Amino acid sequence: MSGQEFDNKIIQWVDERLPIFSILKHSAVDYPTPKNLNYWWNFGSLAGFMLVVMVATGIFLAMGYAANTLVAFGAVEHIMRDVNYGWLLRYLHMNGASFFFICVYIHIFRGLYYGSYKAPRELLWALGLLIYLVMMGTAFMGYVLPWGQMSFWGATVITNLFSAVPVVGDYIVTLLWGGFSVDNPTLNRFFALHYLLPFVIFALVFLHVVALHTSKSNNPLGIDVKGPQDTIPFHPYYTIKDLFGIGVLLLFYLGVVFFAPNFFGEPDNYVPANPLVTPPHIVPEWYFLPFYAILRAIPDKLGGVVAMFGAIIILFFLPWIDSSKVRSAKFRPIFKQIFWIFLAVCLVLGYCGSQPPEGEIVIVGRIATAAYFLFFPLLWVLGKVEKPRPLPHSIAAPVLKGASAGHAAQPMEKA
Amino acid sequence: MRKFLTSTLAAALLAVAVPALASEGPALEHQNWTWNGPFGQYDPAQLRRGFQVFREICSNCHSMKLVAYRNLGYLGFTEDEVKAIAAEKQVQDGPNDQGDMYARPARPSDRFVPPFPNDQAARVANNGALPPDLSLINKARAGGPDYIYAVLTGFRDTPPDGVTIPDGMYYNVAFPGHQIAMPPPINDDQVTYADGTKATKEQIAKDAVAFLNWAAEPELDQRHSLGVKALIFVFVMTLLFYALKRKIWANVH
Amino acid sequence: MADTSTPTQGTPPEGESRRDFLLYAAGAVGVAGTALAVWPLIHSMNPAADTLALSTTEVDLSAVAEGQAITVTWRGKPVFIRHRTAAEIESARKVDLAELRDPQADDKRVQKPEWLILVGVCTHLGCIPMGQKASDPRGEYGGWFCPCHGSAYDTSGRIRKGPAPLNLAVPTYTFLTDTSVRIG
Repeated sequence: MSGQEFDNKIIQWVDERLPIFSILKHSAVDYPTPKNLNYWWNFGSLAGFMLVVMVATGIFLAMGYAANTLVAFGAVEHIMRDVNYGWLLRYLHMNGASFFFICVYIHIFRGLYYGSYKAPRELLWALGLLIYLVMMGTAFMGYVLPWGQMSFWGATVITNLFSAVPVVGDYIVTLLWGGFSVDNPTLNRFFALHYLLPFVIFALVFLHVVALHTSKSNNPLGIDVKGPQDTIPFHPYYTIKDLFGIGVLLLFYLGVVFFAPNFFGEPDNYVPANPLVTPPHIVPEWYFLPFYAILRAIPDKLGGVVAMFGAIIILFFLPWIDSSKVRSAKFRPIFKQIFWIFLAVCLVLGYCGSQPPEGEIVIVGRIATAAYFLFFPLLWVLGKVEKPRPLPHSIAAPVLKGASAGHAAQPMEKA
Repeated sequence: MRKFLTSTLAAALLAVAVPALASEGPALEHQNWTWNGPFGQYDPAQLRRGFQVFREICSNCHSMKLVAYRNLGYLGFTEDEVKAIAAEKQVQDGPNDQGDMYARPARPSDRFVPPFPNDQAARVANNGALPPDLSLINKARAGGPDYIYAVLTGFRDTPPDGVTIPDGMYYNVAFPGHQIAMPPPINDDQVTYADGTKATKEQIAKDAVAFLNWAAEPELDQRHSLGVKALIFVFVMTLLFYALKRKIWANVH
Repeated sequence: MADTSTPTQGTPPEGESRRDFLLYAAGAVGVAGTALAVWPLIHSMNPAADTLALSTTEVDLSAVAEGQAITVTWRGKPVFIRHRTAAEIESARKVDLAELRDPQADDKRVQKPEWLILVGVCTHLGCIPMGQKASDPRGEYGGWFCPCHGSAYDTSGRIRKGPAPLNLAVPTYTFLTDTSVRIG
C-alpha cells in the first residue's frame, strides 16, 4: 500500500490508518474475475442480497414481536394488522426465506455442475455448506415463531428426531425443549437463536468470500485463469450484471409477496398452536422436503435420522469423492447426464416428502433415497473411467475459436 | 439471453413445482371474487352486507377476536355508527377505585366481543363442538374463500344412500368427512339487505365470505395497489440495468 | 513461549521442566475452568424450577364411567386415562406377545386392569393419536389411531400397525385412593 492510492485526501488519510478502502477496492472493484461467467454465477450474490433483506426485515419485525406462547400468535397478527406496513415486512420475511433457499439451491447445483468444489476450492465449498446448515437451523426456528399449528407440530416432530440418538436421546430432547414438551421455554430460545444465527451466517459469508478471493472464481470452462486476457475487473462488469440479476429476482420475489403471499405457506399455520390436537398432515417447509423424504424412507427411526444427516454431511466430502481432475461438466459427457439425474432425484425426493407416506410414495421414496446415496460412489468410479473431452487452452481461446457463431448473434442482440 | 431465460425458468419451476404438488383434496369450484387477480379489490358495499350477515348470524356462535370495531371504518361506517355497533356489547374492565371489576359498553378500540367467555363455554353451548374463531378462517383452510363458500352452500337435507349421519351432525358435501357439527346457517331471505340486494342463499354466503376474507386479509386492497406500482417500478429499473449492462459489456466478448 | 527457546537466557534444565509442568498444569486448569463455566450456560436450558413444579398432576377418576376416557395434561403433554370395559381388558390380555413389535404383557402396563393410563403421544414423531372421544376413529385394534402416519395401538396402548417403534408410554403414577391418581 505504497504511494497515493486514492485521489481523495480524506479517504487516503483513513486508508493509511485503517485500510478498509483498499480492501474494498481489491475485493469488490479490481478483483480480476473470469470474463466468461454465465448467469448461473449470479446466484451467489443474489443469496447475499436475500440475506441482507432477511436481516433488515427481521430486525424491524422483532420490534413488534413477542416470544411468549400466550401472545406470539397475536403479536404476529398485530404486526400484520396494526403495525404500519407490518404486513409488507412480514410477507417479505416469510417469502424471503423461500427465495433465499431458491438462490442457495441454484448456487449449490451450479457449483456441482461446474465442479466448483474441486481443488483448490475445497474449503470454499465446505464453508458454503456450513452456511447452508446454519440457514436450515435459522429457517426452522423462524418457522416456529408465529406459533401456529404447523409451527408447533413441525417443532415437535423435528426436535423429536434427536430422541433417536442412543442413550442420551431423551436427555438431548429435554435440553432442547427446556421442559417436557415444546413450550414457552422452547419458543423463547428459538427466538433468541433465530435472531443470533443470521449474524453467524454473515461471518461465514465473509469467510466464504475471503476463500473465494484467495482461490479465485471458477468459471464455466472449469480451467484456470492463464493471464490478464482471461479476466475483467469485478467493477463495473459484474456489479452491473449482479444488479440486473437482483432486478429479475425482485420481479419474482415481489410478485409472490404482493400477489400470492401465502403460496409457500400452510393454511394450518393460521390456526393458533394447540398442543392437544395434531393436524392430520404435517409437512415441513418445502426446502426441507427432500431430507424429510430420506428420513421417512428408512423404516428404522435411528437409521432414518442418520441417513438424513448423512445426506448433508456427505456433501462435505465431495471434493475428495469426485476423483476426476476435470471440473466442468461441459467436458465430462457422462457426468453431465448423471448430474441431471441427480437433480431429478432430489426433486423426486422433494415430492415424496410432501406426500403422506402411503403406497407407492414409500417405494419411490426408498428408490430415490438409494439413488441419492449411489451418486457419490458413482462419482468416484466415474472419475476413473470417464474420458473427458479435450479442454481448451485458455478462457480467451475458445471465444476466438467460436467467433463465427458468437459474432452472428451479436448484432441481433444489440438491436 | 437464452441462458438467462433457461435459468429464470428453472428457478420458477423449482419454486412452483414443489409446493404445488403438495396440495390435494377435492376440486373446488372457483368463485368470481371481486379481489381476485392483481388488480382485484374489495367491494365496500359487499363487505358491509357481509358484516350484516356476520353480525346477525355467524356471531351468535363464532368469535372474531383479532378484528376491532374501529376496523369497521374501512367498510364505510361513520365514527358514530362504529361507536353504536361497539356499544351493543359489554366488556369487562377494571379494577376501579373500589378494586372491583365492572362491565362497560365496548368501545371502537376494543376487539370484537366473543359470544362465549371461553372455549369450554362455547363447547357446552354447541353440543361439544367448538365453533372456530373466524378472524383468519379464509387463510386457515386450504382453498380459502372458495372452500368456505362451498361449505356454507354445501349442506344437503338428506345424505346419499348408505351414509348415516349421527345425531347433532349434518351432511355437507364440501366438508372433509362430510359430517359437520354446524347446522345449516343460511336460508333464503334470512337477512334483509338495506341496499336492496336480493338475499338469496348464495348471495348471503358470498357476502359473508367476502367479509371473512377482509377480516383475514384487511391489507389486501393496499397490497394489490402497492404491488402493481412496485412491480412496474422494478420492471423499469431492471430494463435500465439491463441496458446499462449491455453497454458496459459491449466490448468484452 | 518465545523465551523458553531463547538460549541467551541460560535457563537451567530443571527450570525448563518445571516451566513445562506449569505450562501443562495452567493449560489443563484453564480448559477445566472453561468447561465449568460453560456448564451453567448449558444447564440453564434444562427445565426450570417452575416447569419442574408442574411435573405432577392429581386426577379425580370418580366421574369417568366404564368405557369412557379422559385426557389430562401432564408436563404439557396429554395423558390418556381410559376406564376399560371387561371386553377391552379381555382382548388386551389374550394377545400373543410373539406377534407384538414391542412385546409387553397387559398386566405389566396397568396397576388396576380397569384403568389404563398412558402418555398420549405417538412414539413415532410425537403426534397425538385419536380415540379418546366416542366419535374418534380407534384404528383396527380398538385402541388409538395416529392420524399423522397411520400408527394403530390396541386396547393396552401397544403398537400394532404403522411406523411407530414403541408402545404408548406408561407414565409413573400412584393411586392415592380408589378413585384418585397422581401422575408423575
